[in-house]
Amino acid sequence: MAIFTVPNVRLTGLAGAVPKKEISNWDYDWITMEERELFIKQTGIEKRRVVEGPGKTTTSDLCFLAAEKLMDELNWDRSEVDCLIFASQSRDYILPQTSTILQDRLGLPKTCMSFDIGLGCSAYVYSLSTIATHVSMGKFKKALLLVGDTSSLSTPYRDKSSYPLFGDAATATALEYDENAADMHFNLQSDGSGWEAIVIPDAGARNHFNMETSFKEVKVSDGIYRSPTNVHLDGIKIFNFSLMEVSKNIKKLLKHIDKSIDEVDYLVLHQANKMINEVIRKKMKVAPEKVPYSLDKLGNTSCATIPVTMVTQMSDVLKSNKVNSLICGFGVGLSWGSAWIETEGIHVSDLIIEE
Amino acid sequence: MKIEDFISAIEEEFDDIEAGVLKPESEFRESFEWNSINALIFIALVDTEYDVTITADDIASAVTLQDLFNIIISKSE
Repeated sequence: MAIFTVPNVRLTGLAGAVPKKEISNWDYDWITMEERELFIKQTGIEKRRVVEGPGKTTTSDLCFLAAEKLMDELNWDRSEVDCLIFASQSRDYILPQTSTILQDRLGLPKTCMSFDIGLGCSAYVYSLSTIATHVSMGKFKKALLLVGDTSSLSTPYRDKSSYPLFGDAATATALEYDENAADMHFNLQSDGSGWEAIVIPDAGARNHFNMETSFKEVKVSDGIYRSPTNVHLDGIKIFNFSLMEVSKNIKKLLKHIDKSIDEVDYLVLHQANKMINEVIRKKMKVAPEKVPYSLDKLGNTSCATIPVTMVTQMSDVLKSNKVNSLICGFGVGLSWGSAWIETEGIHVSDLIIEE
Repeated sequence: MKIEDFISAIEEEFDDIEAGVLKPESEFRESFEWNSINALIFIALVDTEYDVTITADDIASAVTLQDLFNIIISKSE
């Protein structure tokens, strides 16, 4: 079982950045007005922020903006940053890794270790556990976790099962070694038997490219046209998985650390869609005001959902209060995990909207 | 667990169904618009009311509301 505790690490700041272009699902004319109404009501996703398209703003560009602002506002000496992790499914290049490009671009020293983590919906919880472990073991002065995605690049307009769900966003999280910091606790899980539930079949090493078929959109069913380089979502499988596994994972973590759900101030869930999240909330018997949503204005922002929800919905309380957050990511992989994080008066930058 | 309660929960959840229209022998794909979102709403409803997660295969194997109710009962035992 991957239930573990990381001591001596303080989360000191959060920042987020989104693209300028805002899209309303009310204008999504690939489906009827009745379908739009049902979709918005049930998924909770009304608006989304998306990049202009391929070759324009990337996840790393948005991460750069968030990281610059956060380090400036925290008055960080960049020479003290010992670790940078970039967690995303939309790297700048197949190779090299994006983290080193960001290390240089952000003016971080060559003594900084940097690497990528290629996870999706569970990326924030997993990569937070990774970076926290490094900070804890290495007594690193400062570390930067950059997490985000631009899913809009792999969701075509004529696929009603994916296009209206996703928004783009990126975030930066600041961590520091501090022997007085409260422990962080994690429970991480995986089930690769469900890997086909969310997949982009082509452009990786398994299928690589087929000149005839890789970019050709074909009809899958009514309202769903996509190519093998687009994301394929099996909504019901993901839904079933989320309902069966997520609450169990959270309950196990709480039991392990001898906390009750009533001690959780905020349950910050991966913003999958409102239907899934509301069932999880009810299963966990948590009041609606303790479960924040950024879905309505930003959609499902993949890797970025948890930190971007904290930045946009919890800023005031995170800045001024001591807060027990139970964060939980779940999805592509299949991969899921939750973490217990205690923060007190952290810095939260205002959401950056890219110029 | 009574099928009457199950039916009234469905009638309450789906706005376009009038109360009293659904019967245990109703074929749910005919009774209201059965699309992928409604399937998800239905799975969410069952999970919330009965703490049972029904799958796509469960739904595919059922024709009437009675069939669905039987699946829920067998899974909750």
